[in-house]
Order: sequence, then C-alpha cells, then structure tokens
Amino acid sequence: MTTAALVTMIVVQGAVTLITVYFFRKILKTPSKK
Amino acid sequence: MAIERNSWGSRIGLILAMAGNAVGLGNFLRFPVQAIRNGGGAFIIPYLISFLLMGLPLLWVEWALGKYGSRFGDHASPFIFDRMGKGRFWKYLGVFGIFSNFGVAAYYVYIESWTFSFVWFSVFGSFSGLSESGVSHFFDKYVNINPGMVNLPVIAFLFFLLTLFINITILSKGLNKGIERASKIGMPLLLLFGVLLAIRAVTLRQGVEGATFDSAVGLNFLWQPQLKSLYNPDVWLAAAGQIFFTLSLGMGTIVCYASYLDSRDDIALNAMSAGWMNEFVEIVLGASIVIPIAVGYMGLDWVKANAGFMMGFKTMPYLFQQWGPFLAALSGVLWFGLLFFAGITSSLAFGTPWMAMMQDEFNWDRKKSAYTFGLLILLLALPCIFFFQAGVFDEYDYWTGTVSLVFFALIEIILFAWVYGIDNGWQEITGGADISVPQFFKKIIKYVTPLFIAVVFIGSLIEPAGGEWIAAFKSLFAGHGWPFDAASLVSKVFHLSEKDTRWFINGRATTIFIIDMSRVLLTLAFLGIALVVKLAMVRRKRLQKNENLDGVTS
Repeated sequence: MTTAALVTMIVVQGAVTLITVYFFRKILKTPSKK
Repeated sequence: MAIERNSWGSRIGLILAMAGNAVGLGNFLRFPVQAIRNGGGAFIIPYLISFLLMGLPLLWVEWALGKYGSRFGDHASPFIFDRMGKGRFWKYLGVFGIFSNFGVAAYYVYIESWTFSFVWFSVFGSFSGLSESGVSHFFDKYVNINPGMVNLPVIAFLFFLLTLFINITILSKGLNKGIERASKIGMPLLLLFGVLLAIRAVTLRQGVEGATFDSAVGLNFLWQPQLKSLYNPDVWLAAAGQIFFTLSLGMGTIVCYASYLDSRDDIALNAMSAGWMNEFVEIVLGASIVIPIAVGYMGLDWVKANAGFMMGFKTMPYLFQQWGPFLAALSGVLWFGLLFFAGITSSLAFGTPWMAMMQDEFNWDRKKSAYTFGLLILLLALPCIFFFQAGVFDEYDYWTGTVSLVFFALIEIILFAWVYGIDNGWQEITGGADISVPQFFKKIIKYVTPLFIAVVFIGSLIEPAGGEWIAAFKSLFAGHGWPFDAASLVSKVFHLSEKDTRWFINGRATTIFIIDMSRVLLTLAFLGIALVVKLAMVRRKRLQKNENLDGVTS
C-alpha cells in the first residue's frame, strides 16, 4: 500500500469515526427536552 | 386527526431509526463501486464536499420541514408543503415525497428478500463447492433469468412475500414499538457484523486461505488519491448522487420521521448525529469489506471490470467459500445479515409517509394503513419481479430512486429557503438546537445547496456521451447537436440509445413495450397518490366548514 493511500485512508476514516463518536456522545449526554 | 397518536419513545431510538433509514444496501454495495469507478481516493474529496455543501444542509432542511409540520399535526410532505408554500400546486409537488417511497419500496423489498434468503442459503451450505460462475448461475436461477421475457422465480417470490410481511407487521406496530424497536436491534447488530467482516477483510494475506493478493492491494486502489479525476464533472456528479442515495434525501421519509418530534426539540444535533453515523457505516465499514476481499481473491483487474451492485450476491458467497465450510457459513450470515438489517431499517421508513397521510387525513388505524401500503407495494412489485430481466427493476430504480429524489430535493430547498424564507427556515433549524450551527450555513442553504442540486439535476438531464462535456459543447457549437449519453434523462425518456423502439415485433411484445408500460404504471401510481391528497384536502375543507358552522350555531 502506498504512503499516500495509507495516509488518505487513516485520515479520512479516522476523522469520520471521531466525528461520529463525538456527536453520538453529545446525544447521549444531552437530555431530551420532553 | 389520528386515532392512535404516534411518537418516538426516546432520542436514541429516533437517532438509530434515522440512521437506519439512511444506512442501506448502497452503503456496502454502491459506495465502494462508485469510488472504484471515480478515481479511488480522489472520489472522497468531491464526496465529502458534497456531504458538507449539499448533504448536511439538506438533512437540516428535511428535519426542519418535519419539525414545522409537527406544529400543525402534519406528517406527510404534501400537507407540510401546502401549509408552508400557501399555493395550490405545492401539495402536488409534495406528492413526490410519498410516490418515490412506493416506487423504491417495490424493488428494494425484493432485494431485501434476496439478502434474507441468502442468509439461509449460507447456513444450509447451498454455495458449498460452487465455482465463481456457479454462484453467479445460482443467483440467475434464483431470480429465474431465462431466454424468454417473463421471470417466474417461485422461491424468490415466496421470500419476497415473507419479507414484505415482516415489514408490514413491524410498521403496523407504529413508530415506538415497531420502527424504533427494530432499529434498536438492527443497527447495533449491523455495526457488529460490519466490524467483524471489515477486520476479516483488511487482515486478508496473500497465500493464506487461497488469497491471491493482500487485501491491501484493494485498499490501495480504493484510497490512492488520483487527483486528475477531480477535474472530471462526472466524478462530481457521481459523488453528489451518492450523497443523495446514502442519506435517503429527497424521499420524504426524514421529513416524516422528524414530524413526530416535539416542536421544541433539537434537530441540529440530531441530524448531525444520524448523518455522521451513516457516513461512518459507509466510509469506514462499506469501504473495508467487498473490495478488499474481492481483490484478494479475484485480483484488481477482475474487480475493475466487474465491480457492481450484484457482486454482493454473485461473488461474495463464492469468496466466503475459500475460508472453509464453517467460516463460509458464518461470513454468509454476517454479510447477508448486515445487508438485511441495512435494508429493513430503510424499507420501514418507506411506509411511514403513506401511513401518516392515511392516519392523519382519513382516521385510518395503523394496521389498516400498513396493510394497504403492503398491498400497494405488492401490486407495484409484481412487474418488477416477473419482468426483472426486461428492465422493469432498473426502470423503477431510475425514475423513483434517482430522478424523483433529486427533483423533490430541489423543490423542497426552494420552498424552504426561498418561499418560506431563509430567516424563518433558519429559526426552524436553530430553535431549540443543542449545538450552535455555523452562521455561514444560512448562506449555503440559500444559495449553494439549491445551485448544487440544480447542477446535479441538469447534469443528469443532459449528460453528454461518455461524460465528455467539452466535446459535447464543441459538437453543439459546430452545429452537430448535443450528444446525449445513454444514461441521460433525455435519452431515457425518448429511448435515444435504442435502435428499434417498436412495442411489438411479429406480434410479440418487446422490452421497450414492457418498459413503457412500467412507466405508465408509475405515472398512474403518482396520479393515484395525488388524487388521495386532493380528496384529503377536500375533506379538510369540509371539516373546517362544519367546525365553523358548529361555532356559529353554538
């Protein structure tokens, strides 16, 4: 695997994973207004 | 108003249902193929830009449309559009938000039933000892591909009925006890199955268990940035198109789901969370299963030549066989199981706009509205199943799963940002928000997103042969006309790529006839829904009049 491909994969997949976890955790921590 | 009031049981349930609606078969079967065909790693750049400029804004708009509807007890797009647009024609444009669900469900539930049956075939070792062409032939036999025009797939039809029945049963239990519960089971299992398969795929090594290449060869091709492809408009069109499909935009289902929120509820964070969850499944899991395994056994050249939606059914079972009987069965269950969960959490959403309309406007109960949805889907699906190889399946996909979505999205963003007004719309998005939405998205929603969708729509309308836009303009200015691609909307409408467009040859119906009849059927379905909407509006006016009279007399 070339360095460019490996870096692209790690950066994109890593960023998407972190953002997903961040927003999901925020949902869990924020109580519903009901 | 509805007899049984529907509502979401919990915020997590809503997020999982929304994410389940978005996560579908396309995340695993369409995304990697689109990436392979459109520049590998470079595809991700226009894809993410499309997500930020079109996907996220449209998600917020659709959630906001639903939230707006919730204030008035409206849950289906024709009635939300009617109230928001205050013009007679808006409700009929809103019909697309119900129609596309019927058209898509008709073929989508059929594919879903394949995944369901293939779980059992995997368990019972039906693919054991079959070659790659043997598995491909197994699938063709399953859907009854034959030299004639009509397909009579008995087992596939029975599985379709069973899958449709499961969908209808869940739908009849309502949002909380039906869709939400199914999503709470389906989504975690889907993630678990996806992670297990992805780990297996990325650790595939050359020479181990018959693998010809490391899975890294497939990953390398998928992620190698080929920046030249960024200058190709077709790559951008493909990326924007993928964003539409993957987020289930332009279908009216997000609007409907969000319309069961309280009008004080947050939508900004909810939409972000559901949207990014879909992206995780697509970019992290979807990109790490099919292509690495297929390249590991079949080689890169084979995958480049054969990459397509059907690989999931015609190739994957063969590849799993290379891992021995136990792992083959287990991988088959995981793979088709995750596809089934991805499919059913989406197909359940297709039923909600129709059910919401019938419950709100005609006081139907959940069961009646769910069963009628099932019956109508069955009727629409019959041509799709029995004329599969004549192209009815693809025709449904094109008109209801592609054109209708982009058109509906264009309509809803114009309504939201320009007719209702971006200032009012922004209030809907940011009111009660649990995150602060960057102010620049206001401008993006008003100017950039509509333009983006319009470009996608016009691009599909007049797509030039081979995606060669410069050559097409040269041809036009040289007086040779516009060379339409066979995939362009104009070409599709007028069968421009067909040499012979006769309906009958020697007294026998041609595929053109079958395709045109399927278009007539879809048109009738649209008109039928429009008629129901018209009747509902007449009923509303009559009830309003009676209420006014009662008020006067009392």
